[in-house]
Amino acid sequence: MKMMKKTLLAASVAALASSAAMADISDGKLKIGVLADMGGVYADICGQGCVTATEMAVEDFGGKVLGMPIEVISADDQLKPDVGSAIVRKWVEDEQVDVVGGLVSSAVVGAATKVLTDAKKIALISTAASNAFTTKQCSPYNVHWTYNVAALANGTVQPMVDAGNKKWFFITADYAFGHALEDVATKVIKENGGEVVGVARAPLSTTDFSSYILQAQSSGADVVALANAGNDTVNALKAASEFGLTEMMSVAGLLVFTPNAQAMDPNVAGGMRTTTGFYWDLDEQTREWSKRFMERHGSIPAMGHAGAYSMTMHYLKAVEAAGTDDSDAVIKKMKEMKPDDFFSRNATLRADGRMVHDMYYVEIKKPEERRDGDDIFKVLSVIPGDKAYAPILPECNFK
Amino acid sequence: MATFLGINLFGLFGQLLVGLINGSFYALLSLGLAIIFGLLKIINFAQGAMYMLGAFSAWLALSYLGINYWAALILVPLAVGFVGVLMERFLIRPIANEDHLYSLLLTFGLALMVQGFFTHVYGSSGQSYAIPEALRGGTKLPFMYLPDYRAWIILASVVVCGLTWWMIEKTKLGAYLRAGTENPQLMQAFGINVPLIVTLTFGFGVGLAGLAGVMAAPIYSVSPDMGSNLLIVVFAIVVIGGMGSIGGAILTGLGMGVIEGLTKYFYPEASNTVIFLVMVIVLLLKPAGLFGKEA
Repeated sequence: MKMMKKTLLAASVAALASSAAMADISDGKLKIGVLADMGGVYADICGQGCVTATEMAVEDFGGKVLGMPIEVISADDQLKPDVGSAIVRKWVEDEQVDVVGGLVSSAVVGAATKVLTDAKKIALISTAASNAFTTKQCSPYNVHWTYNVAALANGTVQPMVDAGNKKWFFITADYAFGHALEDVATKVIKENGGEVVGVARAPLSTTDFSSYILQAQSSGADVVALANAGNDTVNALKAASEFGLTEMMSVAGLLVFTPNAQAMDPNVAGGMRTTTGFYWDLDEQTREWSKRFMERHGSIPAMGHAGAYSMTMHYLKAVEAAGTDDSDAVIKKMKEMKPDDFFSRNATLRADGRMVHDMYYVEIKKPEERRDGDDIFKVLSVIPGDKAYAPILPECNFK
Repeated sequence: MATFLGINLFGLFGQLLVGLINGSFYALLSLGLAIIFGLLKIINFAQGAMYMLGAFSAWLALSYLGINYWAALILVPLAVGFVGVLMERFLIRPIANEDHLYSLLLTFGLALMVQGFFTHVYGSSGQSYAIPEALRGGTKLPFMYLPDYRAWIILASVVVCGLTWWMIEKTKLGAYLRAGTENPQLMQAFGINVPLIVTLTFGFGVGLAGLAGVMAAPIYSVSPDMGSNLLIVVFAIVVIGGMGSIGGAILTGLGMGVIEGLTKYFYPEASNTVIFLVMVIVLLLKPAGLFGKEA
């Protein structure tokens, strides 16, 4: 029996670690590394899909830049900062990787961008939410493309506070991303005359949210804001509906990716409002690209997928324009040139590395409004980039 | 509103009840594990994957075959239990005489494969399963709103746990089982088919995980990693309760649900650690667990 207990403890530790999958490597090319979550909670949001989107950009570009072949390699960060930064270090030190894309969980990206900045390599961030990469941890080599917490908070919170919802309760994912989202949203609420009446910080991958829902119910708030993502949002919303919270107060999902919106019961999620950097069914241009993506990947693109394509394309154009793959020259060109494609609308890449573009304030469709399973969002308004994103900080103004 | 020492009493009652609901869920999950782990001495790391398989089977049955929740409640545990029977007969039995580490690694690998398969085919974002018509709605208590489905979880869990405990501790079949795992040679000599009993018991334990999966489907996101999130917690509950003690696993499951619920109220950040803290304390003070017998 004692033996078993020991084995069990050892196994619990072993269960927390498993091996990373690495792609094959060769020299003498422009190499793009895609670091993403291949099998964890964010795998649908930016896993294999981000690799596919990056490959599509390379193919659409012609497969070559400045006469050099372009190669895409990828790896699984397992959502662990130490694993992610070790892969990136190996890529830039031993495997001549020129640029790293994908980049999903804020915790992993925080570690990976440090390695990349030290190595003077560009980080193309598609799906991480924290605004730290262009503020507290800003670097001349960071490029943050799809969205960030500031845009989510400005996009979703402001209209709700303006509509008279002054008291807010937060259910926050207890890690870098959730805290960042809660911070900026709180700022927006206070600046607009609202107040935060309570916060519950739930650990990542919490299964049962009923306890937090009860706390929210007794807080007297007008709105319960879900500062979390993925399955955490789905589980929190399920509990909110079950315990009758959705009838007493509004629920705001601050970050809802399309695959998660698809996973929610439309009877429960219908009517909830959120902000997104991309929606596949916006117009002809987005539908055309999304259809191609869908044929290869099997499901509609989340915003990070479209962002991964768009940022890779912009990077490759900049390499060609700069006539070199030297990071300093390329980043200068990237910031000079205006990103413009189906994803980047009215866009500029600012000196701090923040790509500012149109964001969309959307409502999750009710069952009777849906054509089919892919018909998820109704676009309520377009938020101009300069309204959505916070202004550039002086210390991050890398000219 | 009534308060005591600055604590909102109504809020506290609500949290206690929610803790009890989660506890009865833990009890159901740890029961299956306690049987496999405590009686058969097999460390089944695939128990979480079987729980996930139960939830996914319920969803698949509804979406593709039109089998409703109530039918799934019977059929899915049988199907998952059958998977358990196959697992024991063809994978675990050949290595039954090896070190425990072998079955642990085997089932851990199996769990990763099952989870990987479902992630590959259905994606990581999960599926939605609606609460059955009859159990929608709820009751307004003075201190909280109790959804009917959660009340049903408490009831079902108490009945299933009670019956299982009675069967193993009080019936002749249970006596054979306990004796068979204690001294297989002697029982074989008495003409009892011990390997068959072991296989069926393993299948029963796995089937319980499948049942818990069906019960979880309407309230939690049906996703490939739903089992791995819970597995370690449930193992901790079995260790705290004392290995081999069926009643211990049930009572500890309920108790840990309440402790976790209170932690969520007073200091949510620690809610996924508190059970392990209790485990450390219990192991230091009473190495055999709260209800376990010293070896």
